[in-house]
Amino acid sequence: MDEILEVLVGNGRATPEEIAKLTGKNVAQVKKLISKYETDGTIVKYKAILNTELIPERRSLVTALIEVCIDPQEDAGFDRVAERIYNFPEVTSCYLVSGDHDLLVVVEGDSLNTVADFIASKLAPMAHVRSTRTHFLLKKYKEDGQILKKGAGKKRLNISY
Amino acid sequence: MTQDRISKIVEKLAPSGIRAFFDLVLNMKDVISLGVGEPDFVTPWHIREKAIHSLEKGFTSYTSNKGMPELRKEIAQFLQKRYGLSYDFLEEILITVGVSEGLDLAMRALLNPGDKVLVPEPAYVSYGPVVELAGGEPIYLQTNIKNEFKLTAQQIDQAAVKGTKALMINYPSNPTGTSYTKAELLAIAQVVKKHDLLIVSDEDYDELTYDFDHTPLSSLPGMKDRVIYLNGFSKAYAMTGFRIGYACGPREIIAAMTKIHQYTMLCASITGQIAAQDALKYGQRDVAEMRKEYNRRRRYMVSSLNEMGLDCHTPQGAFYVFPSIQKTGMKSLDFAKDLLEKEKVALVPGVAFGPSCEGYIRISYASSYENLQEAVKRIKRYLQKSKE
Repeated sequence: MDEILEVLVGNGRATPEEIAKLTGKNVAQVKKLISKYETDGTIVKYKAILNTELIPERRSLVTALIEVCIDPQEDAGFDRVAERIYNFPEVTSCYLVSGDHDLLVVVEGDSLNTVADFIASKLAPMAHVRSTRTHFLLKKYKEDGQILKKGAGKKRLNISY
Repeated sequence: MTQDRISKIVEKLAPSGIRAFFDLVLNMKDVISLGVGEPDFVTPWHIREKAIHSLEKGFTSYTSNKGMPELRKEIAQFLQKRYGLSYDFLEEILITVGVSEGLDLAMRALLNPGDKVLVPEPAYVSYGPVVELAGGEPIYLQTNIKNEFKLTAQQIDQAAVKGTKALMINYPSNPTGTSYTKAELLAIAQVVKKHDLLIVSDEDYDELTYDFDHTPLSSLPGMKDRVIYLNGFSKAYAMTGFRIGYACGPREIIAAMTKIHQYTMLCASITGQIAAQDALKYGQRDVAEMRKEYNRRRRYMVSSLNEMGLDCHTPQGAFYVFPSIQKTGMKSLDFAKDLLEKEKVALVPGVAFGPSCEGYIRISYASSYENLQEAVKRIKRYLQKSKE
């Protein structure tokens, strides 16, 4: 992977000047490549990873992982049903998976009721959806490669040979 | 009995003049430290997990003096694959408590009273003392920034007077980050053969080489029998606290070193030895990741320092830069103290690495990028203010 992308994955706020220093490329070159990646969709967007535990109004946020079994359709396979599901803004992630169900759908809502409502009134009754099995998320330990618990800190001395 | 309680040889050892500075740093809070000579990564989890598991299973005993045969075998295979070196794990490899013990053992195994040892300066702080403790006499060969702190074959040729037994060398170097290409090492090897010297080669930072492939001195033609190759797990695998190193060399030298080791150290810790096996078996991806990250920080630090007028050469390895502060007109210890007081940035004054290193400072970039950015900002501000 291009080193520019590696730097950006670690820190989406790195400026072209910083990236140039870190990678040994010149600034113009870095700017050009970043805009190319943004245009061709390699870089989809920049976002922050939050620890929602620390945000009072989001602490009550409910997340559900839903295993969905669907009947594949002629010509479109799973894709058409998947599209109907992932277009709902409540759905934050949607994956086609192997195993005894077909889609793994992640849904977020303000309360248990909102999520339950969405499943009961929108997802489960949808055409071609055969069954759903819902797992409510109880605790997040790690997300996007980031351990969410504040570390005990490294115990290095401040100076040594 | 008050006069000569302490041995003459220890009494004579130069006390570290910057001890007081270190104490100052260690007692200060909220310091950004670029003074640390160890990785800022925690040991990769799979290695820590292996160590924990070994404790759970009750591996808490001594090992054989030379170290666990499984680990020595692993090292032999690794060196063969990595550098084409062939060492017999039974007789030519000794597991030590870090490279530091290896240095001490090597000196004690080789030196008779008065033997001379060539030591390039800037030198890692223990080099001179371990020679002196073994009854030898260090001859310092001064290098400078113009020559990127590289020792030359010519210097060795001129310094290797009668009674010179060995050359100590450390590359990539702590504190300068300097390393040597194969061609440069071949020239050194040639003159070492001419004077019939032994080499104690501390290659602990070999995996942190950025601009070319690392070449072990012992891999050069005709050199294996002259070189004690020292390496360890501290730097490449971020395992400083595990204290595991190893020495490879001619069997009679390894046997002599083992003799001292068995009476003084007995063996390295079993937990560390088990962890080290896991590091060699499964840690290569971690090493590559850390090397990449250090390399980015190296580029950042070298360009930032040069931008603010502190001249430094581009180090080829390790995680140090060694810029000159001569433009400030300050002594390195004063500079370090003043910077610490005014801007709370800690670094190591050059004099720690020898009298000829006055006018330089050692900056370790084994610190998070955010820390480095903040430190650069503060050093820049400090330099601007002191100009006013």
